[in-house]
Amino acid sequence: MHNAKQPLLVIENLHVAVDDKQILKGVDLTIYPGEIHAIMGPNGSGKSTLAAVLAGREDYTILQGRVFFDGKDLLEMSPEERAAAGLFLAFQYPVEIPGVSMLTFLRTALNEIRKSNGEEPIDTRTFLQRVREAAQLLGLGNDFLQRAVNVGFSGGEKKRNEILQMAVLRPKLAILDETDSGLDIDALKIVANAVNSLFGTIQSYLIITHYQRLLNYIEPDYVHVMYDGKIVRSGDKTLALELEAKGYDWLRSETLSSIELPSTTT
Amino acid sequence: MSEDLKIIEEVTGSDYKYGFVSNIEEELAPPGLNEEIIRFISQKKNEPEWLLEWRLKAFRAWQKMKEPKWANIHYPPIDFQSLHYYAAPKKQQRPKSLDEIDPEIRRTFEKLGIPLEEQKLLAGVAVDAVLDSVSVATTFKEKLAELGIIFCSMSEAIQEHPDLVRKYLGSVVPYNDNFYAALNSAVFSDGSFVYVPPGVRCPMELSTYFRINAAKTGQFERTLIIADEGSYVSYLEGCTAPMRDEHQLHAAVVELIALKDAEIKYSTVQNWYPGDKEGKGGIYNFVTKRGICKGPNAKISWTQVETGSAITWKYPSVILLGDNSVGEFYSIALTNNHQQADTGTKMIHIGKNTRSRIVSKSIAAGKSNNSYRGLVRVLKKAENARNYSQCDSMLIGNRCGAHTFPYIEVENKTATVEHEATVSKIGEDMLFYLNQRGIPTEEAVALIVNGFSEEVLQHLPMEFAVEARKLLAISLEGSVG
Repeated sequence: MHNAKQPLLVIENLHVAVDDKQILKGVDLTIYPGEIHAIMGPNGSGKSTLAAVLAGREDYTILQGRVFFDGKDLLEMSPEERAAAGLFLAFQYPVEIPGVSMLTFLRTALNEIRKSNGEEPIDTRTFLQRVREAAQLLGLGNDFLQRAVNVGFSGGEKKRNEILQMAVLRPKLAILDETDSGLDIDALKIVANAVNSLFGTIQSYLIITHYQRLLNYIEPDYVHVMYDGKIVRSGDKTLALELEAKGYDWLRSETLSSIELPSTTT
Repeated sequence: MSEDLKIIEEVTGSDYKYGFVSNIEEELAPPGLNEEIIRFISQKKNEPEWLLEWRLKAFRAWQKMKEPKWANIHYPPIDFQSLHYYAAPKKQQRPKSLDEIDPEIRRTFEKLGIPLEEQKLLAGVAVDAVLDSVSVATTFKEKLAELGIIFCSMSEAIQEHPDLVRKYLGSVVPYNDNFYAALNSAVFSDGSFVYVPPGVRCPMELSTYFRINAAKTGQFERTLIIADEGSYVSYLEGCTAPMRDEHQLHAAVVELIALKDAEIKYSTVQNWYPGDKEGKGGIYNFVTKRGICKGPNAKISWTQVETGSAITWKYPSVILLGDNSVGEFYSIALTNNHQQADTGTKMIHIGKNTRSRIVSKSIAAGKSNNSYRGLVRVLKKAENARNYSQCDSMLIGNRCGAHTFPYIEVENKTATVEHEATVSKIGEDMLFYLNQRGIPTEEAVALIVNGFSEEVLQHLPMEFAVEARKLLAISLEGSVG
């Protein structure tokens, strides 16, 4: 079924280090439009590093490997070029921008992306309509849009705000980096519902999570298990359930018997 | 909201866009300063004898004074004898109507976005345009006159309203107040004059646009604003200058007098030429601004956005004499490249229940140096005086400096004085977050700085706030990456 389509994201043999410490040790992953992928794995396995490298964060050294996004060499692009190309990262730790209202921020971001793609700035009415719909989808009031970006937001509000931004910017690929962590069950359902209802507008998701919980509400086509900088197992959604039932220790003791393991892990 | 975006779009070229020179025939006094020059200026302006005497007293006082050295700024000594102290567009008489203005001057102000034709003016703003030392046009005069409001050039006020000028000139900033104020008192050539009669609320913003054009001149304008009992006026001041290789001196004096129940709101967007990236040229902006809340319940509010000048040295202050009077100071000072700023305020509490509020935002980029210097003084009789000061600094890059020098002198135990200060840097995390949302670094910095300055920007009248936001973005171009 894939063959007719061009893959959206191709990661080939990616090796990455931070401060001389190698974190990713050969990651391969291909995501086609219309797919939802989940990456699971214990803390320190390299999940968030992968997300950061894809988004273009500095401080990482690419040792080896290639990444293509929509046919273009992703690693050659600046973070803003990646965003303009349609790659979005929902941050695990969103950043506060004092004095800058959500509306100003969203409009600036949207218009910068449009400008990069040779489009006119969005007209005010369309913009406001899109933002209000997104806020409603995330259960956030209009007054939320007047507040300064992430300033004084609760942990749950910050996470919902990431998804709000995703809903307004409408990327091709959204990477959700532990968006579920710190969310209570109600907020989790709201987020999952928003992610599901935007699927289609947003072509593909890469969901990074430590727990299976979110995957009860967002059904992935593929689940990958990351361990010590590599994807060690891939499967369908039942893999997530298996992991949930058996824990990561199970991976270490059984599945990974052939892989060299550190003596202690958390 | 939409302003931010417009600004970002407009930020393209990174040069000082007001740096053109107008080709106007100027009448210059010979360089140097002596009593002859002062007599020349006074005679040129057909001034009464008392004013000449006042100028000469100031000159004699100035000769005995030394240039102040306490500010956190550094520059080679100024040769005061090499400057021209009078420059004016050559014209026999002040134009009787706007139609008579030299088309070149008119074009100059049009280039600056200051149309002099009244019908084209933004509704609700009356403009006095000062080129070099002389006021060239004042708009909306007749309309204001119907309400008894006087808005004219200082030269005109001296001729038409000598009693008011004599009563108030030098009453807030005495001729011997400080080195530059004394110099200004001796040689000031023009400026704006405003008088708002009792109980009148000025229906439009009054605005003066200052432009230095001639080379090797000092600009010494003098502004006097009097708000009589129960009146209100909002006054805006904007400034630009051509790009020239040598430094130019600007030493203005502004005096504000708010009588009982009166309110004066004074806003400045200062964008004098800051010099080039290597620190060559630029204006030395050594300005004395002070207001007095003379009667009870008076209020004076200073708002300033300082982005220009090679060196800025100014402390818009309020003397809170009347009981229950209020003084406010909202400031954004942005320095980039080799700019230096030492700016802040003085709040002098004399009356009972007087209140003051200081919000200062300093932004330093490049190799610039940015200091906040403020004095809060509560005198013995100032029962229940209250002050709140907040000084925030933001650093962009590793080669700039931000400093805060708060002075607090309290002589009355019932006073409440609060001071808060923060220093922040634009962090990688913040930039990456904005980059990831598609916002390139330069625009991201502008957004962050605008956000940082928001608390002050919201005190500016709307059109001015738009201009100020643009200026902040433009002034920071090339400061990162």
